[in-house]
Amino acid sequence: MDASTFRMPVTAVGGVDRSLVIRKLCKEYRAGEPVLKDVSLDVEGRGMTAVIGPSGTGKSTLVRCINRLVDPTSGEIHFRGQDLARLEGRALRVARRRIGMVFQEYNLVERLSVIENVLCGRLGYVPVWRAWLRKFPSADVERAFQLLDAVGLGDFATQRADQLSGGQRQRVGIARALMQEPDLMLADEPTSSLDPKTSVEIMELIAHRAGERGIPVIVNIHNVELARRFADRIVGMSKGEIVFDGAPQALKDAHLLTIYGGEGWLE
Amino acid sequence: MNAAKTIVPAKRVAFPPNWPVRIALLALALYVIHASTILDITWARFVVGLDQGARFISRMWPPDLASDKLELLTSGMVASLQIAIIATVVGVLLALPLGLAAARNLAPLPLAWAARGLIALFRTFHPVIVAILFVKAVGFGALAGMLALIVASLGFLSKLVAEAVEEMSMQQVEAVRATGSPFLSLVIMGVLPQVMPRFIGFSAYQLDSNLRNSALVGLVGGGGIGAALFTAFQRFDYDFVLTIVLAIIAVVMVGEIVSGWMRRLFQ
Repeated sequence: MDASTFRMPVTAVGGVDRSLVIRKLCKEYRAGEPVLKDVSLDVEGRGMTAVIGPSGTGKSTLVRCINRLVDPTSGEIHFRGQDLARLEGRALRVARRRIGMVFQEYNLVERLSVIENVLCGRLGYVPVWRAWLRKFPSADVERAFQLLDAVGLGDFATQRADQLSGGQRQRVGIARALMQEPDLMLADEPTSSLDPKTSVEIMELIAHRAGERGIPVIVNIHNVELARRFADRIVGMSKGEIVFDGAPQALKDAHLLTIYGGEGWLE
Repeated sequence: MNAAKTIVPAKRVAFPPNWPVRIALLALALYVIHASTILDITWARFVVGLDQGARFISRMWPPDLASDKLELLTSGMVASLQIAIIATVVGVLLALPLGLAAARNLAPLPLAWAARGLIALFRTFHPVIVAILFVKAVGFGALAGMLALIVASLGFLSKLVAEAVEEMSMQQVEAVRATGSPFLSLVIMGVLPQVMPRFIGFSAYQLDSNLRNSALVGLVGGGGIGAALFTAFQRFDYDFVLTIVLAIIAVVMVGEIVSGWMRRLFQ
């Protein structure tokens, strides 16, 4: 296979190197049963990389290892001159605030208002008392409103998050991630809970809003068509390993059979 | 021998007798009979008691509304209200951190177990017994009663906070953690919004219960209306006892209404 032969030059945007280098990443939730097996991956500092593969193949674990919501068992994750896999405490939080994340189930704090959810993206930057008293710097509040406008929810700022529809919630999730001024955006199945039309809108939103800011995106996605349509690069995973890595045009049915296994479903 | 070979189908029993339960119930019934004979609980004794009760009630009526008694009643009642309100406020303020420390999905395990141990200790004894301990420790008066009620509030509220935190949605917490938020900001923006409605409900209930218990701790020397009630009993002022009892009933009912308002106000 042409696995892990795909290499692109590392790029820098605005003086900051936004590329990500993963080396021999392993994760075992139970000893002896690795979910990720020595995964190595280079992601250049721009564009959208889609990770496809069957359920339970470690896509989610891979993305969650990057911002350390999951602690890897071994391996290295280099980003902005640091090995994320080794960070602890304050250093980890400072690294995390530069990595935005969009979740499958949106993961908004349901009882907070939309704007409060967006401002959660600033928690890594503002002192605790400001969060407590909701005294966010006015520049942050201004930017939160601009981001809500940018995702088309300008009129919903003071509504509670639990009153929104799925597509609207995911828009808030995207605004929250962008609010972090991230150097990398992770999206863990951002469209799996949405209808087909909304899914396309959400992918467009992620691609455009991250693209215009030069933020590289890594997105886990079930939907191969959406991956082909929006990603600049597709990584196929199967059983904890990368089995395809290349441009969307290079992804053929034969590859899909390798990634998902079986046959007959690709008619 | 054909008879030996005939297979008798086993009789199917829909509801097999549960012998352990039968034996336990029988033992319980025997014990109740045994215990009541030891304690001299007989019909004759009950009739004697009825007679005594009738005399007691006749001496209670009419309630004593003399102005000096009413003054005693008012000052005692005000003290009790103050004890209840201060104990609730202090208990609520302390219960939040203690409850968070006891939540196993948030606090490191050793801390959680230590906090749980403390909560269990607070909950071991009835407020009256705690009040007796505090009366011995800090002397007669409102301080002892207040401390006893603080301990009771703390035990109840922090346990419920811990349980509410353990049942909250970790998805929302995870999303806030991914922003690089410091721990306290995570609690303020990700945890408290989820547990606050229940916490306010519990606090209102605790105010209610402290109003009732403040009379109780007074009986054992904890100050307030309970002290007045105890003195009235000792001096056989049964008509004044009735006044106090009616006043307590009125206050508890008003307290129930107020705590209902509080719940609606903060939801």
